[in-house]
Amino acid sequence: MNILNLFKVSLRAVASNKLRSFLSMLGIIIGVGAVITMMSIGQGSKASIREELAKQGTNLLTIRPGADMRGGVRRDPAQMQTLKPADYEAIMNEKKYVTYVSPEVTASGQVIYGNSNTTSSMYGESTDYLKIKQWDVQDGDNFTEEDVRKSAKVCIIGKTIVDELFNGADPIGKNIRFKSIPMKVIGVLKSKGYNSWGMDQDNVIIAPYTCVMKRISAQTYYGSIVCSAITEEMSDHAIEELTDILRRSHKIKEGGIDDFTIRSQAEMMETMSTTMDTVTMILGIAAGFSLLIAGIGIMNIMLVSVTERTKEIGLRMAVGATGLVISIQFLIESIFISLTGGIFGVLLGVGASSLLPKMGMPSIVPAWSIFLSFGVCVVIGILFGYIPARKAANMDPIDAIRHE
Amino acid sequence: MKEENNNKAVIELDNVKRYFHVGSEVVKALRGVSFKIYEGEFVTIQGTSGSGKSTLLNQLGCLDTPTSGEYYLDGVPVRKMSKSQRAHLRNKKIGFIFQNYNLLANTTAVENVELPLMYNNKFNSRQRREAAIKALEAVGLGDRLYHKSNQMSGGQMQRVAIARALVNNPAVLLADEATGNLDTRTSFEVLVLFQELYKQGHTIIFVTHNPEIAEYSSRNIYLRDGQIREDTINTNIKSAAEALAALPKPVDD
Repeated sequence: MNILNLFKVSLRAVASNKLRSFLSMLGIIIGVGAVITMMSIGQGSKASIREELAKQGTNLLTIRPGADMRGGVRRDPAQMQTLKPADYEAIMNEKKYVTYVSPEVTASGQVIYGNSNTTSSMYGESTDYLKIKQWDVQDGDNFTEEDVRKSAKVCIIGKTIVDELFNGADPIGKNIRFKSIPMKVIGVLKSKGYNSWGMDQDNVIIAPYTCVMKRISAQTYYGSIVCSAITEEMSDHAIEELTDILRRSHKIKEGGIDDFTIRSQAEMMETMSTTMDTVTMILGIAAGFSLLIAGIGIMNIMLVSVTERTKEIGLRMAVGATGLVISIQFLIESIFISLTGGIFGVLLGVGASSLLPKMGMPSIVPAWSIFLSFGVCVVIGILFGYIPARKAANMDPIDAIRHE
Repeated sequence: MKEENNNKAVIELDNVKRYFHVGSEVVKALRGVSFKIYEGEFVTIQGTSGSGKSTLLNQLGCLDTPTSGEYYLDGVPVRKMSKSQRAHLRNKKIGFIFQNYNLLANTTAVENVELPLMYNNKFNSRQRREAAIKALEAVGLGDRLYHKSNQMSGGQMQRVAIARALVNNPAVLLADEATGNLDTRTSFEVLVLFQELYKQGHTIIFVTHNPEIAEYSSRNIYLRDGQIREDTINTNIKSAAEALAALPKPVDD
């Protein structure tokens, strides 16, 4: 029997049981659809996070206190006070590969204007901060060097604060109170919206770092220092330079451990990519289980089908079908079901993935996920079709044909 | 049987025994059966249930092999053949007709008849269709080629089954109680068809428990307890067509 005839025979059998064939396909359709959708969500999120990070400047460098050992005890980096004004000064004096530098001190608390209030974070920064973050002031102005020197109680605020406190009124020139300290609003930031972690980037108040240090959190050290390398490519040189400056400034001996860490945005992106790849994998595997179950569903249906068609199998054998031919017939059936299911599953997955961005979820369908799904479908068809096919092939034609 | 000797022996059984092991007991279904069937004979094989009829049919149909002895189908020894070799042999040399027709459900007459040729590489789809149409015309169903099996009467279904048995031009037609499921009138109609095929020179073996059918065949083998009790040539073959005409007319309703 040639293979074309076998296909005809198998497809006729599938077609004569449309509902059942469709139901067993459904498992595969949903499984493949789920795998592709999950992959696309994972890949989409990765791409959007990368984009987000890139927007904040790919040449961004962040210096944090850290890796400090006192008597063999590693301490919580957030508690450490290793980044001091002297470090800032040293960087400002010696920097070659670094363009902008801003010490950063943060505080969070209640903000009040009139009878409205909200909770927000205050970032104490230098005037360079907006340039480092590639952020613009929409109304009013950024604070000046003068403001920084005088620890002026001025601030620029994000869109969310404007919405929450001012209810449409012009905030410029008004005094808000942050932790009961009155601060004059001199500018409103351009809206950035939510970032990929779901954080509202507009719920911020930016003030001169000197002001935050002296008047709000009463501290003499920085939480971190953010800088920008002259270009993204120069990030590594900039990190080397900063490390050198800070080690000297901190008087760390040759072979001593740095009491700070410097992370570049490129490095962050790398870490995020790896994390998102892992997330994608986990999502894919979870969805993959539904494919496995779908495969078992096909096997179940095929086993029922073989039993139900015992007589037909007996007849086919009586008129000359060999066991091999019978088993191939059933294998083709199961592969056909799983592959057709796979095609519809891909359509479903691609369809769902293209709808997701409309619901605010990023998604990108990677081509390899489609090929992978097809491959998995064929493997499922063969794997789970094998047992029913063998059962059919091993039937005794004498018993089979008289089966009632 | 002497007058048949100038013909070729299509079937030759040489002391065929078939034993089954059921638990610790040995069931001797065939206890040494020998006979020859020549080309163009219409042989009925009779016997009560338990006589070894079915076992003999399975042997003749190459569905089973003898425990000892040898069976030659069209000169080919069958006993040592593998399962798939026997499948190929069945495909070329045997046409089966079953009591309950065994047609594929939801499938047209012509597709049912094509089935044996699907397993024969020498036929392409056009040749298959031609041969199936020819076989259906030969059994008088030329006007029902594309009727599905569930749209036909029992008699028509059995004709389709006969056409299916004929389509590969087999050495022998093997009918297993082929009229068992049919009413008297339809049974005679099918018998008429078998007699026509006999006259055209087909070799037919008709296994039945109905002694009446033996009167319409050319030879009768009677089986009991796994052995041949009688093997007689029928010199006075009754005409099924006459018997059919003699039946009371069906009441139209």
